[in-house]
Amino acid sequence: MTIKKVGIIGAGKVGIVLADLALRAGYEVRISGSGSVGKIALIIKTLVPGAIASENSDVVANSDIILLAIPLSRYKNIDPALLRGKLVIDAMNYWWETDGIREEVLAPGLTSSEQVQAYFKDSALVKAFNHMGYHNLQEEAQPAGSPKRKALFVTGDDRTAVAEVAHFVDTMGFDQIVHYDLADGIMTEPGSPLFGASLKYDDLKDIIDHFDQTEFGKKIAASEK
Amino acid sequence: MVNVDKLEFGIETFGDIVANEDGSLQSAAESIRQIIHEGEIADKYGIDVIGVGEHHRPDYSVSSPETVLAAIASVTKNIKLATAVTVLSSDDPVRVYERFATLDGLSNGRAQVMLGRGSFTESFPLFGYELTDYDDLFNEKLGLYDELRKEKAVTWSGKFRASLTDQEVYPKTEHGELETYIGIGGSPESIIRAVRFGYKVIIAIIGGQADRFKPYIELYHEAAKQLNKPEFPIAVHSHGFIADDKDAAIEVAFKNIKENFDRIGLTRGWAPMSREQFDSETKVGSFYVGDPETVAQRMARTINLLDLGRFDLVYGAGNQTAAQRERMIELYATKVIPRVKEILTEKEAAK
Repeated sequence: MTIKKVGIIGAGKVGIVLADLALRAGYEVRISGSGSVGKIALIIKTLVPGAIASENSDVVANSDIILLAIPLSRYKNIDPALLRGKLVIDAMNYWWETDGIREEVLAPGLTSSEQVQAYFKDSALVKAFNHMGYHNLQEEAQPAGSPKRKALFVTGDDRTAVAEVAHFVDTMGFDQIVHYDLADGIMTEPGSPLFGASLKYDDLKDIIDHFDQTEFGKKIAASEK
Repeated sequence: MVNVDKLEFGIETFGDIVANEDGSLQSAAESIRQIIHEGEIADKYGIDVIGVGEHHRPDYSVSSPETVLAAIASVTKNIKLATAVTVLSSDDPVRVYERFATLDGLSNGRAQVMLGRGSFTESFPLFGYELTDYDDLFNEKLGLYDELRKEKAVTWSGKFRASLTDQEVYPKTEHGELETYIGIGGSPESIIRAVRFGYKVIIAIIGGQADRFKPYIELYHEAAKQLNKPEFPIAVHSHGFIADDKDAAIEVAFKNIKENFDRIGLTRGWAPMSREQFDSETKVGSFYVGDPETVAQRMARTINLLDLGRFDLVYGAGNQTAAQRERMIELYATKVIPRVKEILTEKEAAK
């Protein structure tokens, strides 16, 4: 599939940055907020001119790829039927300040993306854009081959979907470390040394490859026993 | 266009615990008394405003900023006394009004309210609020505060507080209105909300380049025009450290700001700050660190770029010594501020 049209659900800090990157990469961009179009129209027109402010249903119907950039505690506000058959990027994280008590948002023992995938069971979910700070994302996108280019971790269960998202990440200005297991999303969840880090390919790969040797990796391994 | 004559400069502290010269830490009580002394120094050198944060955690000494500001009021003449910020979401707007109106009275009209949602969440469980009500709490309480700020009888009802019927709240201020800012962290919705209430805006730029905020400031002005609301010059708050020697300043700032950010990051699952991140923040980002000339150049650039009306530098992050903190305030007032004005005056003349 050739991705031409990008849909972003969530018009907050992260959604705006992703819209900006997608516009710069030459995509047609639609974006929706939690309320009416009127509520975000001025925000979109001023912050990401060229992006089309819309509502969830229109964003989904008219996009080749959907990015979820809303607070994790609100993904269930979206009807899973709406995203049926869609290629979906999960850019969300559990974030205490906006999501509240973790146990009220997530079941124990499963990564956040696995739970989002279980809810949107008829969509191909790929985790990406979740571990680098939004201002780093905005400031550090670079064309392929640039020595300053940073890398993002991309993982999901559906190999075709992962490959498509990896290519998409490339066009957005970042190298990719690719895994084919959504559960590996744990490696970039809050608490991981990669969460909030902004690293080049080799450095990111090094931590991913030796994740079990990080403090966080050891903690995860211990809790699984 | 920046109006150099009207430009305001502030310092802000979160009440970090002060270190002794031997590296041991002072008590919270000693750290609080140090802030009073620093307020006195800032006033003596003509800094326009001092802001004191509200936190409810062991690494900060101030949970009740208006009390600290009241003490500063009694030893100063001109400096404005602000909170940075008052966590309105977990406070009672009536109490907020009362405390600030009192501060305003005893300081001869120098109180300045800065309302925010706060970037910490300890106050929510402490005062019996749910984090999931984060947005609703702020919206509702801001609505009530806005009524109280008119200093007339208030009739109000909401979800989180007992209703008020034709209720007067005291004391009234001498100028009829408390100067009020809304502190925001850069969410576009927060900007629109501040515009809707017609309040001044102070943006916390605590990561990344100031350039990123240019469209947000445009958004503020566009929204004000569209909603027919007053437009004020934007204020910015960022972290910094100034010392006589540039390299020494960078090392002190790296140690202290990193410690401070890493400790906060730990509770949020945020990776520790790398040297690369810190260096990028000090070179082109949101940390204003170095000798007076370096800091002045960077501040002037930001003020000019974003067309600001006020710049507040956050001092004392981590555990700095009293000497480091006091010298920074002195350099800021006597070297940096005049130099920033000089650079901006030249820039304006060249335009």
